[in-house]
Amino acid sequence: MQNFSYVNATSIEQVPSLLGRSWDDAVVMAGGTDLVGEMKDYAAVPKRVVNLKSIEGLDYIRQDDTGMRIGALTTLTDVLADSAVSQDYPVLHQAVSVIASPQIRNMATLAGNILQRPRCWYYRSEDFPCLKKGGARCYAVGGVNTYHAIFGSGPSYIVHPSDAAPALMALGATVNIHGPRGANEVVLDDFFTMPEMNIRRENILRPNEIVTEISIPKPEANSRGMFLKVRERESIDFALVSLAAQMTVVNGTCERASLVLGGVAPIPWRAVEAEVYLRGRRITEARAESAAEAAVEDAAPMPHNGYKVEIAKNLVKQAVQALAA
Amino acid sequence: MQQKMKTVTITIQEDGEPREIEIQVPDTGEGGWGDLSKNTYINKPHTRVDAVDKVTGRAKYTADIKLPGLLYGRILRSAHPRARINRIDATRAMALPGVSVVVLPNDDPEVFSRECRFAGQEIAAVAATTPEVAEDALHAIDVDYEVLPFVVDEDAARDPDAAQVHSDRGNVGEPRVGEQGDIAAGFAQADVTLEATFRCQVQSHIALETHGNVCQWEGDKLTVWASTQGVFSVRGELAGHFGIPETNVRVITEFMGGGFGAKFGARKEGVICALLARKAGAPVKLMLTRKEEHLATGNRPSAVQHVKLGATSDGKLVAYERSNYGTPGVAGSANIPGAPYLYEIPNYRIEQTSVFTNAGPMAAQRAPGHPQAAFAMESMMDEMAEALGMDPIDIRQMNDPNEARRNMVAMGAEHIGWKTRRSATPNSGTGRIKTGMGVGSARWGGGGGRTQAECTINPDGSVQVKCGTQDIGTGTLTLVHMVAAEEFGLKMEDIDVGIGDTNYPYSGGSGGSTTAASVSPAIKGTTMLAKLELFKKIAPRFGVEPGELVASDGNVFVGSDPSKSMTWQQATAQLGDEPIFFHGQWLPGYSDSGVPGVHFVEVSVDTETGLVKVDRVVAVHNSGMILNPLTWASQVNGGVLMGIGYGMYENRIMDPATGYMVNANLEDYKLMGSTDIPEIEILRYDEPERGVIGIGEPATIPTPGAIANAIYNACGARIRDMPFTPDKVLSALAAVKEG
Repeated sequence: MQNFSYVNATSIEQVPSLLGRSWDDAVVMAGGTDLVGEMKDYAAVPKRVVNLKSIEGLDYIRQDDTGMRIGALTTLTDVLADSAVSQDYPVLHQAVSVIASPQIRNMATLAGNILQRPRCWYYRSEDFPCLKKGGARCYAVGGVNTYHAIFGSGPSYIVHPSDAAPALMALGATVNIHGPRGANEVVLDDFFTMPEMNIRRENILRPNEIVTEISIPKPEANSRGMFLKVRERESIDFALVSLAAQMTVVNGTCERASLVLGGVAPIPWRAVEAEVYLRGRRITEARAESAAEAAVEDAAPMPHNGYKVEIAKNLVKQAVQALAA
Repeated sequence: MQQKMKTVTITIQEDGEPREIEIQVPDTGEGGWGDLSKNTYINKPHTRVDAVDKVTGRAKYTADIKLPGLLYGRILRSAHPRARINRIDATRAMALPGVSVVVLPNDDPEVFSRECRFAGQEIAAVAATTPEVAEDALHAIDVDYEVLPFVVDEDAARDPDAAQVHSDRGNVGEPRVGEQGDIAAGFAQADVTLEATFRCQVQSHIALETHGNVCQWEGDKLTVWASTQGVFSVRGELAGHFGIPETNVRVITEFMGGGFGAKFGARKEGVICALLARKAGAPVKLMLTRKEEHLATGNRPSAVQHVKLGATSDGKLVAYERSNYGTPGVAGSANIPGAPYLYEIPNYRIEQTSVFTNAGPMAAQRAPGHPQAAFAMESMMDEMAEALGMDPIDIRQMNDPNEARRNMVAMGAEHIGWKTRRSATPNSGTGRIKTGMGVGSARWGGGGGRTQAECTINPDGSVQVKCGTQDIGTGTLTLVHMVAAEEFGLKMEDIDVGIGDTNYPYSGGSGGSTTAASVSPAIKGTTMLAKLELFKKIAPRFGVEPGELVASDGNVFVGSDPSKSMTWQQATAQLGDEPIFFHGQWLPGYSDSGVPGVHFVEVSVDTETGLVKVDRVVAVHNSGMILNPLTWASQVNGGVLMGIGYGMYENRIMDPATGYMVNANLEDYKLMGSTDIPEIEILRYDEPERGVIGIGEPATIPTPGAIANAIYNACGARIRDMPFTPDKVLSALAAVKEG
């Protein structure tokens, strides 16, 4: 780990001035469960670390008629324990329940989870000066790409590692961003960015901006959700493929489907074709299968990760059938 | 009633030459351990004597050793899989505040080479006042490499045009051949002949405690705290390297966090630690990182086995042909057992080679070669059973020459409900999740020897036992307490035991599942004969022969007349002021070698995601006479878990394009975690008349083969490539669907 200075922020307003123009100048730290590992692996080499945990009042879960607002410093353990989350947003509850381990969930925050950096072994290893670290190539191309993206066309083939992000995206959540010019709210669909937009990052945050809150609109009546995660190891593992599904089904007919895959693309991947296919259709086993086919229609697997297509397809089929049942 | 005596022959060293002598020892019957039902400690479950120290952190492992002025060492490792170092410059590193010393290739060409043959090879080292400064210093050593062509894949390395790992020899070593009978005639007799190829990956050792040492010099005397499986092997290597007598080197391993075969000798990191300490004139601690563990401290070699097996229609195996290769990395051997595993086959031919690659060298790993051999053989047996329309157990029983194993297979089959709960037809379940059952077996040697011990009985009744063995986590310290306490009729905590120190009597390395069978007979013999010396002083007071006395429950009494009794302390008080001191050694008659092991496994296969879950393991094991059933069961549990890890999760992945290991951590190198652990039931097959036999290795051998067979039984997909990850399961299922 490179030496760095450490600053305790005391207010949201103060943070942009403590941060810099570049990610190498300064980074923020909340739970630190991802950042510290990145720094140990030299994937992040900031000169300054700005601690956000010293800011009062950023850990809360509030619910009203319009939905739920969750403070950026709310730990995953607190999200998991919240009865309103488990009752009204089961897709989020289920997603958080399979993140890492209890110890990590005690430290990690919800905002930090959706801001996680890629777990790609080329990105994380000091041995590889990859595209995402300012290098010239994505080593997954021509390398061992078992865990890499099946959607998107590069130039980087990382996958977004978050379990909470697909769940929140399926729920139509927004994030509040605070920067030097104040605050603005962005829907998650517009928050995450593909490599061709910014090869170094996975979202629109600038180096001197932070996420302060996540808001989730109240699901419509007859809307149900579930989260499925496939991981090689049950104890602490990132998803090979995950699926967050939220569907409004009335009398067996799908009025609206929100299907977001994790672990398959550089961002949480909305299965738009499947959503469009399902809308207004009565759900049958055959249609669940057609939706599943539609979800992976654009998949372009690499030599070692074709199996992810099969898993993604089967998860969509399972979720659509379960939510229509 | 006088104790019966018997004569045993032992080997002693006289003027450096071994000489056989005969000695008289009490005859305690077949197996050597007497009537087990009368024992207080031996063959009864006992919590480790150091359990509380371990869980409270009071136990000091090598990494916990702190000395005044201690420096922290780190090793600089080759950044390329194959390169030549043109120039190496530590000027910037030496300028960092806190950096004490740097050692470079020229400081010790025996340890460091300018020819780098794998990414991770040792090329220089630093010692600094903090671990953080030491790490910064590594980044401040400038190395000018001439980067050379490399090969990390064993299949690519077999190509005659591949980059050559060593300049003086080819990548493919000399074949080792084992044969018997006439395979052409054998296959001609066969009604069914099957052929298949099985692949086993490279597995890292992953001891909880990484390799490491603390070295302190005083003049030309060196004290080393080492995480080692053999304190004497560390002493010998360091004395040799630094040209000092072994008496000048003391190696201490009081507590140790596992080795699994990769911690013998000082190894490079041990020599480097001593080098740094000598140059710095200060003690140095050098513990390796997890990444270094993966890259440079050893691994289980890969194995690619092309197997051809022939059987007659009634299930008798008649011919076997195997050609296999694997990579030991830059050095060592990838050979696996050189005869057909487990089963009697009259005609066979085996040819195997090791293929060098630019990767870290292999080291012995828990049952070297056996899990690989067991996986292929046990898979093949199931394939043959199916081809012949036989039950997989019947074909095994028909061809297995080992009676104990046949009994153990029957015992496990009965327990798990092989006939009642297992579907004979593969893939017979309905629904997405399919369940199945499989079996796999093992053989292992073990056996004991090479251990000395000493025992002091003081006039105040206190007893000290010393033996230079090391407890690598298996409970050796506890068994020394148990054996001595049993012999003297005292409590375990009454015995002052010293182990893990080269200042104590010699004991060999802890490997090959030999420690219990080496140490317990040595402790038994030493304490038994020390006790006889005490009895010789006491016997005249009772007017009996020494052999008529018994020590039990804190008393010494006449066996035939327990009213003639005194307390242990009264007995030892007869010594005046001269303690009994006895130096003894391993004795024959208390241990044996050669054991089978059998695992039955139940799995669930999710046919839509390819996920396999091991639900239950029934492990049937045989250790002759079990000293401590509690720590014995821990060994079986650990072996089963390691076997599941090897079969299901663990895999060293080398990037063929760059030559680096991409998963040199514990995130992408997947070690099983707590929620992946199945229900494990252990069945004991006791043969107390054989004495003590080790368990560490047989407990890990059968698992992957049993899992592969259970997966097939569940879903009809035969997976011949370890580990059994979702990608392989899904593609095998797709192949089944296509027919």
